Amino acid sequence: MPGADAARLAEILESRRADISAAWLDAVITELRGRTTRSEAEREQGEILDALVGGLRHGGLRLTDPAFDGLRGLLADLSATRARLGFTPRETAVGVFALKEGLYTLAADEQGTGLVELMSLVRLVDDLGLFTFESFAAAREAIIAEQAEQLLELSTPVVKLWEGVVAVPLVGTLDSARTQVVMEKLLQTLVDTGSEHAIIDITGVPAVDTQVAQHLLKTVVAARLMGAECTISGIRPQIAQTIVALGIEFGDISTKATLADALVAALRANGTAKSAIG
Amino acid sequence: MTAVEPDAAQRLAIATDGDVVRVRQAVRALAQGARLSLVDQTKLVTAASELARNTLIYGGGGEAVLSELTNGRRTGVRVEFRDDGPGIGDLDQAMTDGWTSGNGLGLGLSGARRLVEQFEIDTAPGAGTRVTIASWSR
Ligand SMILES: Nc1ncnc2c1ncn2[C@@H]1O[C@H](COP(=O)(O)OP(=O)(O)O)[C@@H](O)[C@H]1O
Ligand SMILES: [Mg+2]
Repeated sequence: MPGADAARLAEILESRRADISAAWLDAVITELRGRTTRSEAEREQGEILDALVGGLRHGGLRLTDPAFDGLRGLLADLSATRARLGFTPRETAVGVFALKEGLYTLAADEQGTGLVELMSLVRLVDDLGLFTFESFAAAREAIIAEQAEQLLELSTPVVKLWEGVVAVPLVGTLDSARTQVVMEKLLQTLVDTGSEHAIIDITGVPAVDTQVAQHLLKTVVAARLMGAECTISGIRPQIAQTIVALGIEFGDISTKATLADALVAALRANGTAKSAIG
Repeated sequence: MTAVEPDAAQRLAIATDGDVVRVRQAVRALAQGARLSLVDQTKLVTAASELARNTLIYGGGGEAVLSELTNGRRTGVRVEFRDDGPGIGDLDQAMTDGWTSGNGLGLGLSGARRLVEQFEIDTAPGAGTRVTIASWSR
């Protein structure tokens, strides 16, 4: 930015800080009525102004300059907090863009703030606002990804049904990612609980295609390698016919009509094993 | 089948795993609307799932065009899968149970043909692949 001198900009902000803050604060309070308190907004603005002036003192003119590392960190934190609190992108960015209202008070009076300086400051505020916007979007994305993962975990409950028997009821449309998660979790639960039987109940699955079948087959094989037996229960008539027409062979994998039947069979097998030992 | 007019067409892009799920759901909704039996619905949905995934994995993505059909008293659903991928050189081999060039079960194409009433495939090396399936109410 030719002509604008960072130290001079810092000086302007410092000397006119009271006026700038007041107009900025008024603008934010009007925009964010009910979303934030006056003292909260005042504290945030104070921090931003401190970091802004500090960066200018260290020779920064654009937000990407190393001198503004602290300011960028501050804005990123602020945006992330707002994203978590459910602020809209607009509500988040407006808190920063409204600093321009403060700068316009400099233009309106006759205390010698040059046009070049004013333009440089306004441009800097644009940088700040856009950066805030980007940080907000990134934070929202992270939150959504986090929630999707939690949902995935929640929607695949592997439960210990009985001593030595774990079960997972599969419900809904299975995409590749979900089937993978379920199967991994099932194998892990087998280990964690020291169980020898796993029941995969597919009563709630609307369709079994070759990919789902392949995941099921792989899980059964992996469970066997770990010394556990799997039973697939809840294969409804339309699913059974589809599996047959597709040509999928479940081989010697045991299947049962219902989860209850599968549990009884597993307990019986356990009992037999125990009495054989004892 | 002659005298068959599509009532409405719906296009769905196939570019991600999530799109495959969406195609499946859309086919299920149409199949219910066309009063297919529960078994035929499930078969058609499963065939669509296989073909959509092939479009994604082997065709490098493409689209599904879904339409409702009417032919006299019967109603049906047709789904066309299109991609501009490499196409299939040896169709007999690709249609053989258990044959896969990737690491699937090799039952998608051959199985899908057994799951639906009508099955057509149009493909050539370098010319992409087009698979059309349809099933009808009884
Ligand atoms: N849309 C397509 N484009 C190119 N090749 C395909 C396409 N669909 C299927 N193929 C070929 O046909 C083979 C068999 O497909 P399929 O029966 O679905 O089995 P799988 O998906 O398990 O490989 C695939 O491995 C692939 O080589
Ligand atoms: Mg396939």
